[in-house]
Amino acid sequence: MEHYLSLFIRAVFIENMALAFFLGMCTFLAISKKVQAALGLGIAVIVVLTITVPVNNLIYNYLLADGALAWAGMPDVDLSFLGLLSYIGVIAAIVQIMEMFLDKFVPALYNALGVFLPLITVNCAILGASLFMVERDYTFGESVFFGAGAGVGWALAIVALAGIREKMKYSDVPAGLQGLGITFITVGLMSLGFMSFGGIDI
Amino acid sequence: MGLRKILDNMEHHFQEDGRYQKWYALYEAVDTFLYSPGSVTKSSAHVRDGVDLKRIMITVWLCAFPAMFYGMYNLGFQANEILAVTGGDVGGWRGALIQSLGGYDAGNIWHCFWFGALYFVPIYFVAFAVGAFWEILFAMKRGHEINEGFFVTSILFALTCPPDLPLWQAALGISFGVVIGKEVFGGTGKNFLNPALTGRAFLYFAYPASMSGDAVWTAVDGYTGATPLSVVASQGMTELKAQWDWMDAFLGAIPGSIGETSTVAILIGGAALLLMRIASWRIVGGVFLGMVALSTLFNMVGSDSNPAFAMPWYWHLVTGGFAFGMMFMATDPVSAAMTNAGKWAYGILIGVMAVLIRVMNPAFPEGIMLAILFGNIFAPLMDHFAVQANIKRRLARVQ
Repeated sequence: MEHYLSLFIRAVFIENMALAFFLGMCTFLAISKKVQAALGLGIAVIVVLTITVPVNNLIYNYLLADGALAWAGMPDVDLSFLGLLSYIGVIAAIVQIMEMFLDKFVPALYNALGVFLPLITVNCAILGASLFMVERDYTFGESVFFGAGAGVGWALAIVALAGIREKMKYSDVPAGLQGLGITFITVGLMSLGFMSFGGIDI
Repeated sequence: MGLRKILDNMEHHFQEDGRYQKWYALYEAVDTFLYSPGSVTKSSAHVRDGVDLKRIMITVWLCAFPAMFYGMYNLGFQANEILAVTGGDVGGWRGALIQSLGGYDAGNIWHCFWFGALYFVPIYFVAFAVGAFWEILFAMKRGHEINEGFFVTSILFALTCPPDLPLWQAALGISFGVVIGKEVFGGTGKNFLNPALTGRAFLYFAYPASMSGDAVWTAVDGYTGATPLSVVASQGMTELKAQWDWMDAFLGAIPGSIGETSTVAILIGGAALLLMRIASWRIVGGVFLGMVALSTLFNMVGSDSNPAFAMPWYWHLVTGGFAFGMMFMATDPVSAAMTNAGKWAYGILIGVMAVLIRVMNPAFPEGIMLAILFGNIFAPLMDHFAVQANIKRRLARVQ
């Protein structure tokens, strides 16, 4: 349990998807104007990551990896070249299901997220988490905690950024930097604050 | 009132269509520095009070003086004690000046003080001049007023620097802090990170060799001496207590950044800030409580491999920059949380993070700087939730 917990903490803080790896930037910058919408998107990303990373883990370990098909009597088959394709397929399917769910039960959030909800499919943080999972050889249990942690970390970062941007409505940013420019600077300064975890080894 | 007359006579040059219209910000700064502003608030919310942003900033600046003067003395004291053992002196223009001002006697208050002043004043002067340059440049170009905020930023920045810092790095750090940390957001009151700490953190990550390690804490070339915090991290509490008394650390006779060593000098300035309600007691209380809570928890848990777990809260308080950060940095009204509930949460987060980084992170022996930057990031969010909760509560009362 302790191992899983430290994996979770590491994924949230030390290897924060948004502020340490700068993954998922497009949605991170686009949906961070309001805390409410950012919170909704953050929860959506947590759900998608917590489901897709373990599912992709199962697919990788039992279908795609070198020798994974031994249970089907084909120990020499290596399908790992299909990895990217299958991960994206799984992610797209999960996002579709979630879109229908939100449309039916939380229409306010569905409207607030707009086009960025289907775009979660191509959110690099989500594909990135699956690829990290493969690269680091996580077991199924580890991938559950890693997926959840990566999602929570990303959600935390986008909600904090939304809080800062709400406050920055009162700022007087030079004309050339307004909009995305100052947001990029803000994100850079945020990751300076997140450097406090860099080097922690748990 | 000769001075007032001179200023009034000059004023029309700086007004619109005047000869020096571009320099209005500079004129306005000098005028309001010397006299209270003649104009009053134009919109409806009035507070009749002699204190405005300028006076607040100047007060913070003055409150940093005990830590600054003691820091200068201690800088010289630490260096002179080493020099007394190793012999030798500091070369260059500083050496010549020290000779003419007295010498290297660690027992003589003035010898120590002049020694420290010769190291601190250049750093402070560079930080002040470069900070003022950027502030005035942006004020003139963007048409906002020059704010005494850079008085505070530059002194706080200079006080958190190690004594040996090369001056060009001081210039670079304060430039980053003032320009990227503050002016790109529109100047004082519009930034979200503490500018002094932004510059300090920038230097810390850009030039780790000049900002950390064992060689930078005493102004003697080639001498390496660990700070109390790195002693704890590597050797544990017994070794710390063998080298320094708690009282030494409380009064400030330990190596460290210039202004952060003496907890008592910081508390004097901090008490003045708290009494005048410039620093929020909720933030200070939150930082203190968070630090006490987590360090006590670490004491109870204990650890065989990590000696820093055993460090009690009263040592955390007096070592490193904790007291300085708690009183001067965390309480910066611009980058801190604004709501009362938010202030508590913000303070506690900083206290907890500071101890967490000190104890758990082997890369950084000191954590208060990064903890405050981390707190700054989440301060607006805490305000947001405090406001939401307030709206919800009052809505429920109406219905």
